[in-house]
Amino acid sequence: MTQTEFLNIVMPFKDKVYRLAKRLLVSTEEAEDATQEVLLKLWNNKSKIHEYKNVEAFSMTMTKNFCYDKLKSKQAQNLKIVHSNYEEKNTPLQKQVELNDSVSWVGKIIEELPEQQRMIIQLRDIEAYDYDEIAKMLNMNNTAVRVTLSRARKTIREKLIKTHNYGFR
Amino acid sequence: MVLDNIEKLLEKYENGETTLKEEAQLKNYFSQKIVAPHLEMYKPMFQYFLGNQQEQFTKDLPLKPKKRFNYKWLSVAAVAVLMIGFYFTTSIIDNNCNDLGTYCEPEEALEEVSKQLAMISNHFNKGAQAVGYLNEVDKGTATLGYLNEIENTTKIIFKK
Repeated sequence: MTQTEFLNIVMPFKDKVYRLAKRLLVSTEEAEDATQEVLLKLWNNKSKIHEYKNVEAFSMTMTKNFCYDKLKSKQAQNLKIVHSNYEEKNTPLQKQVELNDSVSWVGKIIEELPEQQRMIIQLRDIEAYDYDEIAKMLNMNNTAVRVTLSRARKTIREKLIKTHNYGFR
Repeated sequence: MVLDNIEKLLEKYENGETTLKEEAQLKNYFSQKIVAPHLEMYKPMFQYFLGNQQEQFTKDLPLKPKKRFNYKWLSVAAVAVLMIGFYFTTSIIDNNCNDLGTYCEPEEALEEVSKQLAMISNHFNKGAQAVGYLNEVDKGTATLGYLNEIENTTKIIFKK
């Protein structure tokens, strides 16, 4: 398989991998590293890539596992992830989005959710995956995904109402 | 009517029962500038979701074909090293043959050998000359042999 063929396969979902990694690891740098790592792993196993039924789902699962490992090793070292995204190389659009204070609040609220809920919110509400796909990626069953998602959405809504009221009253 | 529909969708949404299409509808509705005031707090959430979709992975991928170390080449390298080793050690012996007390040139060696052999034969001849006197001794003993004859005759004489 040549590089261009590989890139054609990977290109459509590399951003999704990155966003999922960022959702879990929070730090931009770490998410970039994780994405690179995952894609390089795919590249190194490129001979097997045709055996995978769904490369995208497979990569998402890989990303999830990779990030979990990262988080676990961080906890084992008793280090807190300090996400100091010093360098601001954000796209203008993101800046524009972050200028909006209440929108950035949503990001903070999601950050406070448990990892699994965060992932499912990411996969469903941002990447708009099918329930079945999510279930496959996360190795869960369909209803468990729905229950977790509903729980996450309710938490976000409650917290939003709180901050909303706080802001306006 | 639309608002009613949105409220219903929101409820379904919170229970995780909406389809992707319905969620797209919600996102669409909340990306409008003006939203019903009592639904205002949902706006940032859907905006956040939409905004986050745009984030991209910009880092380069260093996609070099990974070279795996081939152990065949290790043996080739080992053989090469051995060959070079042999070549140099033999050439070192060639260069230093004078130190070992031998001759490098065969002609030189032949000359030296014949010189040595000539010397040996010279001395040998001297020795052989000295041995030549032994012949005189033999002669002497031979003449002494006559004495035996004399003894024999005297014995005969005394017996009788």
